[in-house]
Amino acid sequence: MENYLWLIPFLPACGAVILLIIGRFLPKMLVSIIACGTIFTSFILAVITFIQLLGLPADERIIHQTAYTWLQAGAFKASVAFLVDPLSIIMLLVVTGVGFLIHVYSIGYMADDKRYSRYFGFLNLFVFAMLLLVSGDNLLMMFIGWEGVGLCSYLLIGFWFEKTANAIAGMKAFIVNRIGDFGFVLGVMLLFWSLGQVSGQWTVTFTELREHAHYLTPAIATAVGILLFIGACGKSAQIPLYIWLPDAMAGPTPVSALIHAATMVTAGVYMIARMNFVYVLSPTAMMVVAIVGVGTALFAGTIGLFQKDIKKVLAYSTISQLGYMFLGVGVGAFAAGIFHLMTHAFFKALLFMGSGSVIHGTGGEQDIEKMGGLRKYMPVTFWTFLVGTLAIAGIPGLSGFFSKDEILWKAFSSSHGHWALWLVGLIAAGCTSFYMFRLLFKTFFGKNYSELVHHTPEQESSGTPVCCDDKDSAHNSHGHNSHGAHKGPAHESPWIMTVPLIILAVLSIIGGYVGIPAIIGGANHIEHFMEPVFSASAESAPHESSTPEHHSPVEFILMVVSVLVALAGISAAYYLYMVKPHIPKQLAAKFAFIYKLVFNKYYVDEIYQKVFVNNLLRLNNLLAYPIDLGIIDRIVNAAGLGTVGVSNGSGWTDAKFVDGAVNGTATTVLTGGKAARVPQTGKLKHYLTWAVAGVVVVIAGFWWLLR
Amino acid sequence: MISLQTFLIISAALFCLGLFIVLTRKNAVAILMGIELILNAASIALVSFSRFITPYGTGGIGGVVAPGAPATGGQTFVIFVIIIAVCEAAVALAIILNIYQNFRTVDTEQTKELKG
Repeated sequence: MENYLWLIPFLPACGAVILLIIGRFLPKMLVSIIACGTIFTSFILAVITFIQLLGLPADERIIHQTAYTWLQAGAFKASVAFLVDPLSIIMLLVVTGVGFLIHVYSIGYMADDKRYSRYFGFLNLFVFAMLLLVSGDNLLMMFIGWEGVGLCSYLLIGFWFEKTANAIAGMKAFIVNRIGDFGFVLGVMLLFWSLGQVSGQWTVTFTELREHAHYLTPAIATAVGILLFIGACGKSAQIPLYIWLPDAMAGPTPVSALIHAATMVTAGVYMIARMNFVYVLSPTAMMVVAIVGVGTALFAGTIGLFQKDIKKVLAYSTISQLGYMFLGVGVGAFAAGIFHLMTHAFFKALLFMGSGSVIHGTGGEQDIEKMGGLRKYMPVTFWTFLVGTLAIAGIPGLSGFFSKDEILWKAFSSSHGHWALWLVGLIAAGCTSFYMFRLLFKTFFGKNYSELVHHTPEQESSGTPVCCDDKDSAHNSHGHNSHGAHKGPAHESPWIMTVPLIILAVLSIIGGYVGIPAIIGGANHIEHFMEPVFSASAESAPHESSTPEHHSPVEFILMVVSVLVALAGISAAYYLYMVKPHIPKQLAAKFAFIYKLVFNKYYVDEIYQKVFVNNLLRLNNLLAYPIDLGIIDRIVNAAGLGTVGVSNGSGWTDAKFVDGAVNGTATTVLTGGKAARVPQTGKLKHYLTWAVAGVVVVIAGFWWLLR
Repeated sequence: MISLQTFLIISAALFCLGLFIVLTRKNAVAILMGIELILNAASIALVSFSRFITPYGTGGIGGVVAPGAPATGGQTFVIFVIIIAVCEAAVALAIILNIYQNFRTVDTEQTKELKG
């Protein structure tokens, strides 16, 4: 019954192999069918698995399947095995479901691209890696998926590699992730090694790790937790490794939706939730996670306030929302973090795809200053985008409200929490609602887009040295050559793009109802569903994760406060961008210093360039010229001269002795050959005569013996 | 009294004759004749073994020959031998004709080069 689990990641892998090898020769229709069909089948299988899980009693909801033993050394054994429990099934459903919608959307968005099949091959490969990451039952499989999504992000972000900036963005994503992965690997090794030392259990499977986690000393748990979190920082774009994500907007928009909403960036959150048994042993590590998370939420939120590029705003918003998830898992509310991950996957994929639809409809325009009044031209995109914006801003009744509030409440109330965490999170929430509505107003309301299209786009180089972060990276390389010189009014995207938008909008509305907090009469199904996964943590830390149901009025008050803050953000955006659109410029002039600082993203890229990249280059130059040329080359040359001397001596010996021996051998063979030539006349008759003579001798011998 | 031994002696004599011819003649056609003699010697041996050792069918392997019916294995082999001899003679004579065209002789001592 469970023997199809392995199919869930295997199908996209098949699709990727087929598309990347022979996709070039297939018609586009078939490519689309293969790409979407494999993901859809995986999604159906995930749904079946989910139903199966629901049929099991709450504390036995684990489906485990071993495909084969991958490697074995002594007592250590790692299998290619799949573990499906409430945590990973949610991830599987999100990845396959949202991934499928993004695949469908891509059919429309990438229709004119010349490397169509390659794109879908990468997309399938990406989903495959992500599914391995979330369904593997041990750390090694997780790590394969972890590296796989890193590779695919590089391939997809740099997909339009004709422009150097895009290729560089891909490399940046890859290299920054590599830094994080280093921490992750160290964490895994430290965990494996120290657990093996103290408990004699050399294992990497999650279930066994969880069983034996209590052997870990708090110090080791802290070290492991922080190292793993460094890995999560890379993947999930937290301070200080978030810089790759804004640049990653260089890729095609559906890729942004896939990577930055549903899959790769959530891997870090998933990993920390999966390793909860390590984190609960170490309040320090959890505090680090929570503080970095909430810091990132606010930091990225403020950067998002003044960005001009529609996708950049969404990128910073993603970083900010990921910060919320880390705040959630950092205060021990693992279920709340995953819940927010799920709802965020819905509305952020929706927003990214909506922005893609806008870019598509306006012929490659990404600067929100040049948009406006699009709601008339693109009604479906507008309404779905509005839903996404409301959801992310935390308006009651939509999914984002429930999950974000859950996290804020846990940040305030749990034993790992603190009111300061809650306050910073609340400010970040205000920022979120402000910049999202700023984006909405600037794009869909106000002046008519068609009046603005005749403006020549002013090229502002933001001049980031690490990556020329090209504002309109997708302009010319964008697949829509047919719309390249598009100067008419904007148009609505084809149905193949709008239908996924609508589905995601519905999900963004209803996605939150699985987790309505008890305070307003809900049952919070999702938290109870995931409880078994985090129950070990609950045991070792009695009051967290699954807090007892105490209906404090405080929770209600906080909820009202956060709604008010969200509304305040919306009102501010409305006032500044709809009622008095000239005010922002005045304010920017007034507080020029702050505005410049924030607009240029706090110069983090420049600082990294100066501190790390330049110093590395300097070290490189130091190593290259004085050291390499001066010292190493001399050593090499000396070695070369020595070799020449030795070989001269060797050559003399060769000529005198070895050649003599060789010639002697040859002479011997020649003499032997002369003798051997005599009977070899080449005449059959002679040979036959010899043969007959031999037979005669043999017969005579027998006769003599048997006489 | 004609027995198996008689036939075998004849066969052996014929074989030795053929071998002698093959080893001593220079003429390629004569060598062919010697080969024919050797083949005939073998045929005699085959037929006589068949006739004297397994004269009747046993219904044995394959049940080709019914029990009690005269066996035909030897004759069958001889037919094969004759056919092979014919084929070989045809091929060999064709080769000899070609050799004659090239060398203007059929003397095996003088045809030393494998040039076409």
